[in-house]
Amino acid sequence: MFQRWKESITPTDIVMWLIGGSLLLMILWGSAATIAAGKYTGRHWIDFVIFGLAQGSIYALIATGYTMVYGVLKMINFAHGEIFMSGPYTAYFVAAAMYRSDFLDHHPYTALLVIFVVAMTVSTLIAYFLEKIAYRPLRDAPRLIPLITAIGASFFLQYTFRGLYGSGFQAYPVIKIFEGHWTLLGIRILKFQVVVIVAAILLMVALYSFIMLTRAGKAIRAVSEDKEASSLMGINVDGMVSTTFVIGGMAAGAAGVLYALMFKQVHFFMGFIPGIKAFTAAVLGGIGNIPGAMLGGIFLGLIESVGPSLFLDGLGIPAPYQLKDAIAFTMLVLVLIFRPTGIMGERLAAKKA
Amino acid sequence: MIRTRALWEHGVKTGMIGGISALLVALVGMVESFHRRDIIAEMVTMGQILLLALGIMMGYIAARRTPDREPATRCLNAMIGSLVTGGFLALLVAFGRLVNLRDVLVNASPMLYKLLTLGHSGIAGILLILLIGSGCGVFSAVLYFLPHLVRRVAIASLSSMIVVGVLQDLIRPVLSAWGPVAVIGDWLFTGNGLTLSGAISIVVLIAIITSVWALKGETIRTGYTRLSGGSRRGIRAGGLLILALVLFALPHILGLFLSEVLTIVGLYVLLGLGLNIVVGYAGMLDLGYVAFFAIGSYVTAILTSPELGFFSFTFWQALPFAVIIGVFSGVLLGIPVLKMRGDYLAIATLGFGEIIRILVLSDFLRPWLGGAQGAGKIPKASIFGYLFVGPQQIYYLILAGCLLVVFISLRLKGSRLGRAWMAMREDEDVAQAMGINLVATKLLAFATGAGFSALSGAVFASKLGSVYPHSFNVMISINILCLIIVGGIGSIPGVIVGAAALVGLPELLREFAEYRMLVYGAALVAMMLLRPEGLWPEARHRIEFHEAQTESRKPEPSPAT
Amino acid sequence: MKRFIAFFIVLFFVIGLGTAAAADKGVVTVKKGEPVHIAYWFVVSGANTSLGMDTVRGCEIAIEDFGGKVKGHPVKLSGQDSSCNPEGGQAAATKIASDPTVVAAIGSNCSSSAKPGVPILWAAGIPTISPSNTAPYLTDPKRGEGFNGYLRTCHNDTVQGAVAAQFVKNVLKLERAATIHDGSVYAEQLTQVFAETFKKMGGTVTAQEAVSPGDTDMRPVLTSIATGKPGMIYLPIFIAEGGHITRQAKEVSGLEKTKLMGADGIFSPDFYKAAGEAAIGMFHTSPDFSAFPEGYKNFLKKHQEKYGKKPEAPFHAHAYDAAMMILKAIDNVAVAGKDGSLTIDRKKLRDALYATKGFRGMTGTLNCDSHGDCADPRIAVYETKIENIKKGEMPTQPYWKPY
Repeated sequence: MFQRWKESITPTDIVMWLIGGSLLLMILWGSAATIAAGKYTGRHWIDFVIFGLAQGSIYALIATGYTMVYGVLKMINFAHGEIFMSGPYTAYFVAAAMYRSDFLDHHPYTALLVIFVVAMTVSTLIAYFLEKIAYRPLRDAPRLIPLITAIGASFFLQYTFRGLYGSGFQAYPVIKIFEGHWTLLGIRILKFQVVVIVAAILLMVALYSFIMLTRAGKAIRAVSEDKEASSLMGINVDGMVSTTFVIGGMAAGAAGVLYALMFKQVHFFMGFIPGIKAFTAAVLGGIGNIPGAMLGGIFLGLIESVGPSLFLDGLGIPAPYQLKDAIAFTMLVLVLIFRPTGIMGERLAAKKA
Repeated sequence: MIRTRALWEHGVKTGMIGGISALLVALVGMVESFHRRDIIAEMVTMGQILLLALGIMMGYIAARRTPDREPATRCLNAMIGSLVTGGFLALLVAFGRLVNLRDVLVNASPMLYKLLTLGHSGIAGILLILLIGSGCGVFSAVLYFLPHLVRRVAIASLSSMIVVGVLQDLIRPVLSAWGPVAVIGDWLFTGNGLTLSGAISIVVLIAIITSVWALKGETIRTGYTRLSGGSRRGIRAGGLLILALVLFALPHILGLFLSEVLTIVGLYVLLGLGLNIVVGYAGMLDLGYVAFFAIGSYVTAILTSPELGFFSFTFWQALPFAVIIGVFSGVLLGIPVLKMRGDYLAIATLGFGEIIRILVLSDFLRPWLGGAQGAGKIPKASIFGYLFVGPQQIYYLILAGCLLVVFISLRLKGSRLGRAWMAMREDEDVAQAMGINLVATKLLAFATGAGFSALSGAVFASKLGSVYPHSFNVMISINILCLIIVGGIGSIPGVIVGAAALVGLPELLREFAEYRMLVYGAALVAMMLLRPEGLWPEARHRIEFHEAQTESRKPEPSPAT
Repeated sequence: MKRFIAFFIVLFFVIGLGTAAAADKGVVTVKKGEPVHIAYWFVVSGANTSLGMDTVRGCEIAIEDFGGKVKGHPVKLSGQDSSCNPEGGQAAATKIASDPTVVAAIGSNCSSSAKPGVPILWAAGIPTISPSNTAPYLTDPKRGEGFNGYLRTCHNDTVQGAVAAQFVKNVLKLERAATIHDGSVYAEQLTQVFAETFKKMGGTVTAQEAVSPGDTDMRPVLTSIATGKPGMIYLPIFIAEGGHITRQAKEVSGLEKTKLMGADGIFSPDFYKAAGEAAIGMFHTSPDFSAFPEGYKNFLKKHQEKYGKKPEAPFHAHAYDAAMMILKAIDNVAVAGKDGSLTIDRKKLRDALYATKGFRGMTGTLNCDSHGDCADPRIAVYETKIENIKKGEMPTQPYWKPY
């Protein structure tokens, strides 16, 4: 058996392992140096981990919608970031009006519900029409064509929203019930961070059960396996694809509101970088895999938060936080070298043995 | 019953699409800002033409899509289409005058309403919009029923006039730079736009040219095919010679700014040709191509800049190093992604692009690479004392580079390596089964692409005189990808056309910078929907694309159900 | 085929070398009835649009105040987008330079655009005055001949960073400070100057960190800075990241008592929107608006009437002064011909601009030195109070002035 394995590896494999190995070595060396230097206490590390979990949950939220669409259509929906942006940006005006009239302070839960509904509706509508106008005609085209369409749609949406709402920032009002922090087991954690982490888990559970347990979910899985066979079996492929986009849009809208509530700023360009990070997170976890997206998102958030402090600080590198995206992408490459289809592999739903 | 429904259905549907487009165009501010530019001085502005064109187009499309053959129905639909479009605008004005929309939609201002209603307030203004809408409807109906030839002529001549009006900023300096020709400039333009006589003369001139071409075109073409092989080759050679002379003299004809645009387009052609090899020939989706561009520029900077102070090579001495290190880094960055396919490859290469950008920006590498401030004082190239300092000289440098790279691309395409790439692109497993060494082939593709990119980077560094990390962002990679696909994947003339369209046009329209990206995005989507094979595709692809489309088109439900 | 291409490559080089082009740029003649053409090159697209649009409006009001005409010819103001990066600056400057009717230019906003752009304009004989380039190297004696036509009406960053350091050390009496920049040319320069000055004055710089544009979670960076226990964090960055840092600093343990200070990049109402109440007690360095003479109140009134809002960035008054300087210089230098035309000698125009002394502008008294620095550099430090946030207006009275 060992013989067979020895025969199957090629020089490229060896080079790749060398690269992977040396990266790992650097990471370990940096971590050791940082811990030895003792700049951060245990409390600090816990803080870093919590920041990472919260940020990662946000990435997970966005990545989950993204990965669902990818799983069905096998296309990189570059415009997902803009679908994510459109909901909260539009809902901002509603939120601001409610804030001005004090409705927000007196009935925070109702106000939140309204904001979520508005944002999710807008995002869903944009996702639905995007699919219908721009993606459906190109469903059978070679992969690069819908990619360019998605890129074009992304620019178009960004600048349309810029033209409509202006190029400045708007800031979401502060919602008092979410401010402040709790102390669990001696760890200080912000209320909102808990909300976000819980929301991400809930969303993942909801989407996963939808895909696995409902009939529509089964139909979507069928479509993602084989479109033609599904349509032969009587499944309305167009309808299922639309449904996927609608759900993806709803998820993006909800993620957007949480993002806006956490970071307060909405802006026409706010979806671009989260879109790329969601793509990264989805790939990390395995494209098309919903639990994978969650995992990928959390992993990405943790790397961005813990990485610079752990790996680079010890090596004496100035301004390590500037390099956090570089670390994240390096880790991505590292993961992909050892597991080319992502951490959890790439099925839309885990194959039952 | 059914006929009545179909009567106005298409009109209304098209009208609604037109209405929403008109609303969008008005609310993002395009109409207002285009209004500042006159097409015909003191008479018609670009903003007005935009809306009129939209109205007319919607009417025309409505007429065309009506399945009913009767002219009356088509006319009706045309009218309805344009009217509904106008109706949406009228609603906007009516509503906007009552409710202050400006807090949400920043452009829904009194200025806009004044513009739309041509200054009339109250009901008169709103009725005016509807009237103009109907006018567009009549015009589009007439246009539809004109004989084919007359219609082509009319559209061509009117559009040419509009184009000249839009591009007046570029045409005027060119005309005024050449003594005798400057008179034409004065005749055509004045103050803010075309003169009325100038506009009419353009319309007439283009009308004549188009009609002549339409009538005589066939005869000329058949005449050409009837010629013997020898004289055809002679004509081809003659044509090439003229093309060469034109390409040569171009910077001196076009003046400073247009030469600058040509140099920028040329740099993107170089980049596009490189990515064309990676994506077009070898089928590997590389979203981090800007990394090699950055490497080429920074190597040049390190080797030549006195600000960084390490070496002081000249441009020509640094150039080969830049290219070689570029090629080497292509191999280096290609190794980790050898086993990745499709979208994993895409994100990993995107990651590399970002890593390089972050590294050159970082404080960490600041002592060697200049950090956020970048590095300046990169010398210009010079040959025997002739300094390539302005765009009109750098153009030649870039032209030479492009010719070199086109030549190499062409040769590679027809070579064994090129065929290995295409085999790999179609199906990796089959290619490997046929004996192609995937590793070497992939790495060679990356290396060649990286080499071209590094060449472009070196020229860019010299042209700008400095390197800034902010110039090397992911948007450039995306831009290059878009331009090779819009031009036609794998096609070399396609890359040139794509660069001219996606890089040249936005540069020319720098004045409308705010709407550049919006139009760019819409154009990308439109291109992919209407002509996915690209502007100048390889013959093979054109067939492939339309084959796929005819296969997948399902029969439309017949209207009489 | 191969031979053809090789032949042409050689041919091109040979002929290309032999050709040369020169244009007469000594004099601009404006015919009767034609406008005097001034061009601006500002950032009018992208994330920093408000900076550019603000300066455009300053120029427009200046032209109106001057009467809209110079020696009987109307003034035409056209513009190009310089995109706050060097390629944009190069393209915008080239477009302006290729238009022979342009007499003078105003711009750019971003120093990175100015570096390649200014020499291009000067090669065509067009002088340019910048209202917001603050990079020191643009008026450095060793900057090169291409900058002989360059002037600026705004301060130099070496002044602003030093004022910040003085304020922290001498007024707030804090010994330990940390800096954060965002990788932009402007911010990085300011933090460098601040750190050097602060160290020279005997203070300790505990950390010099950096974030990237688009970052939203600043807590790790802030936690890292907190371990150094600084009394003040200097963040001369832009609105988005500045907003996040300001909000999150309050939540990071260890930074509860640390003060925050920003620069003119976040001295705008949009920043208050982004940072909310966390900005109370924050300091900013910025041009001293209270030192602007009477004319400023009229300017604000006119601005409100014409555009329906207040200025959104700090450099509108500098743009006003730049435009005024140009108009006055043209007025001095232009020679009216008998046929109603106007002749403007480019060199004389440049010399007149450089000779500006004792010019009473909206930003103070402008005196241009031999390298083009004209500003009357009054940088003050402002403190943000709760009323500023509630009303969404910047403070108008400085907290401290170094003069």
